[in-house]
Amino acid sequence: MVTRMSTTVIREIDNTSNDPRQRPVLITQGADFGPITDSVSAVAEAARPPKIWYVAMGISLCLTGILGASVGYLIWMGTGIWGLQVPVAWGYAIVNFVFWVGIGHAGTLISAILFLFRQKWRTSINRFAEAMTIFAVICAGMFPGIHVGRVWFEYWMFPIPNYLNLWPQFRSPLLWDVFAVSTYMTVSLLFWYVGMVPDLATFRDRSKTRLRQVMYGIFALGWRGSSRQWHRYEVAYLILAALATPLVLSVHSIVSFDFAVSILPGWHTTIFPPYFVAGAIFSGFAMVMTLAIPARAMFNLKHIITLRHLENMNKIMLVTGMMVGYAYSIEFFIAWYSGNPAEAFAFINRAFGPYAWAYWTMVSCNVLSPQVFWFKWCRTSIPVMFVISILINIGMWFERFVIVASSLSRDFLPSSWGYYIPTRWDVLTFAGSFGLFMTLFLLFCRYLPMVAMAEVKSVLPQAGRHPGHGQYWGEITPEENGEDRP
Amino acid sequence: MHDHTAKPQTKAEPSTRVFAVLAEFPSGDEMLEAARKVRDAGYTKWDTHSPYPVHGIDEAMGIRRTILPTIVFVCGLTGALTGLALQWWTSSVYYPVIVSGKPMFSLPANIPIIFELTVLFSAFGAVFGMFALNGLPSLYHGIFNSGRFNSRMSTDRFYISIEAADPKFNRDSARKLLESIGGQSVEVVEERAAVEFPPMLRKWGITALLVLGAFALLPPLYTLRARTRTSEVTRMQLIWDMDQQPRFRAQMKNPLFADGRAMRPQVPGTVARGEAFADDHLHRGLVDGRFAATNALPVTESLLQRGRKKFDIYCAQCHGLDGLGQGMISVRAERLQEGTWVPPLSLHDEVVRTREDGHIFNTITNGIRTMPPYGDQIRVEDRWAIVAYVRALQRSQNATLEDVPSDRRGELP
Repeated sequence: MVTRMSTTVIREIDNTSNDPRQRPVLITQGADFGPITDSVSAVAEAARPPKIWYVAMGISLCLTGILGASVGYLIWMGTGIWGLQVPVAWGYAIVNFVFWVGIGHAGTLISAILFLFRQKWRTSINRFAEAMTIFAVICAGMFPGIHVGRVWFEYWMFPIPNYLNLWPQFRSPLLWDVFAVSTYMTVSLLFWYVGMVPDLATFRDRSKTRLRQVMYGIFALGWRGSSRQWHRYEVAYLILAALATPLVLSVHSIVSFDFAVSILPGWHTTIFPPYFVAGAIFSGFAMVMTLAIPARAMFNLKHIITLRHLENMNKIMLVTGMMVGYAYSIEFFIAWYSGNPAEAFAFINRAFGPYAWAYWTMVSCNVLSPQVFWFKWCRTSIPVMFVISILINIGMWFERFVIVASSLSRDFLPSSWGYYIPTRWDVLTFAGSFGLFMTLFLLFCRYLPMVAMAEVKSVLPQAGRHPGHGQYWGEITPEENGEDRP
Repeated sequence: MHDHTAKPQTKAEPSTRVFAVLAEFPSGDEMLEAARKVRDAGYTKWDTHSPYPVHGIDEAMGIRRTILPTIVFVCGLTGALTGLALQWWTSSVYYPVIVSGKPMFSLPANIPIIFELTVLFSAFGAVFGMFALNGLPSLYHGIFNSGRFNSRMSTDRFYISIEAADPKFNRDSARKLLESIGGQSVEVVEERAAVEFPPMLRKWGITALLVLGAFALLPPLYTLRARTRTSEVTRMQLIWDMDQQPRFRAQMKNPLFADGRAMRPQVPGTVARGEAFADDHLHRGLVDGRFAATNALPVTESLLQRGRKKFDIYCAQCHGLDGLGQGMISVRAERLQEGTWVPPLSLHDEVVRTREDGHIFNTITNGIRTMPPYGDQIRVEDRWAIVAYVRALQRSQNATLEDVPSDRRGELP
């Protein structure tokens, strides 16, 4: 048997050149089946994770504990502990719900839409972006779950008749939300799992202990890499991608219907579905960056999640950031062009009213900060992109906060105007949801294949050199392969 | 589960069953070329294995296109119809509810859920259909008996296996073929003897499963029983919600007041709004301490119409629209024959007809026998209007020729 211990030091290699004479390299070091398997499996096979993992896990578990305590106290006391007060009867819970569900969308975009567009670079990042989707949707689903107050009546949201034989209201966007988010969660989970089966088989085959063999063996379902299996597998994967693509667009459209279908100035606009979808992808990519930058360093994956991958994501953030900025300006234009005084007031109030501080935080984080990505040195500078990704996360949270709080607090009736002030429980619950998210993500990194090994292998030059297929790769020289690059 | 000591099993014992002949290839391209030759040699029960899907292998092996897309399409269609039927049936057939003045069935508002269910069912079809067609999960497979296969297949090596189940299978010719087309480390993979469960374990295992299954049925059966029966035991409230709220009810003790009564007496020397019953005739139906013979209000047509309206609302359920005492409630009560019902007197009975207006007013106000008091439900003017209408009803059933105007008596039969 060959020894699998990788002794190569992983270096940061700039593979962002767009020189048309050179094929861009997606794996900068050890671009062969064995070394890739080794580097990805090393994370889960190491006797102990890196020290920083324990630190991150400790912080995450503390935050998760805070989440548990806040939710427990909420269930005990009721939603009165939150800052909800008429006229702002929708507060942090819906803001956080939209924030988290939006984050999930980048994972589906990477795994499904980029797959349909044959973007080979997606293979390095799709697995953990999909994992991020699942964990973000778990955090998102928690908020509508707890904001009902009496959580034991959760089942009232499901399509079952109550004791008077009355069914839920199928024409309400809130019920559409239940269907959309639960479908999204289920399909994302299936997509993630199906993609992971061959890699779980790899883990199974490499397992040294009985426990690992049994656990990975069960979840690998007895995968044996048969071409007859691969054939159906690839068809299923393609179909899932084709299903997940309209699904991800529908989910955030339906989330935006929660607002757009109600007749409140600032909410009742037809631009909401595309605007929300663009914002969701924008925020999701920012979160992928926030996770990928530390994760690739922590787990020695800089040669698989390369600078080129990060640069590509920065480009997508620049585009979606501009789309979001365009939506912000179109909202103002329509408010003026519609001639509706309530609508015009809602937007003047948004930018210059009591929530102006939140509005301008949002604009500077979401529209101004990604503009630095016009410059290549910013797109390829790790510290710059990390800071910008965090700014975008903040900005996108504020976008939802501005939409919810500014519109609700000043509606048609000035006598009922108010100002929404969250309580400490609102803040702690939100902070705690990050703990849950990070805990799940760190567990995933430690125990599951973080990179889709089978997919990375299938886009390696070695995989496509047979006649008639994969011609577009051309002849790959070792130099192009990055092996001898400085 | 998997043997990791890759020991070449070139010499197979004649007594053990052979599963397949396995050959290794260093690259997908070489495996692909070899696969073409295996196919051309006429084998049908054979397979190739690779760590990633090798493109072109379907054509090289002659794999027919899977029917998975059709399965997904049928599942998607089922999902769409489920979404449509669920919303149409619940909101326009089973329990029609008008929402915002829209039609009972309004397709545009139903599209989001139809779409979501289409996607959900299709995804189930794609994933579970793929697993089923692939025969997964199957934690055991003969090929796993090759240690070499287990250690390299999912990492970086490519394999062709010709299975013993193939009608053309011959161990030596298969080995020769694989070696001739570039297969390395060709080996004969043996079928492992099936794992036998000890009979005791199997017997007890089945018994335990049956017992557990029976116990698992108890809670749903108990629920079913509780739902179809009545019980005198107060229901258990796991979560009290707002069913029990601290408050003072009538006749309860209240420590907040000196007299300890929860119900507060009227303040002496005051009259509550609407309770200044100053006029004996109007408010009590009494004149000089006796029932008034006449209506307290002037009897006009509008009063009679008002009386009729109120009679139909408050009285007709028992007394009947005609006052004969055959109202719905009375009829039903008598049909139930529970023995507690006192049927209402016919308003055309001699006893009622000879009563003073004030007496009837008093009965409406305070009730009699099973008839409850209506004084706090019907305004005093309306009670007198009912009295006037009752008088008109009585006249209608007990009229004499004298009651008909003389110029219209000729119209009578």
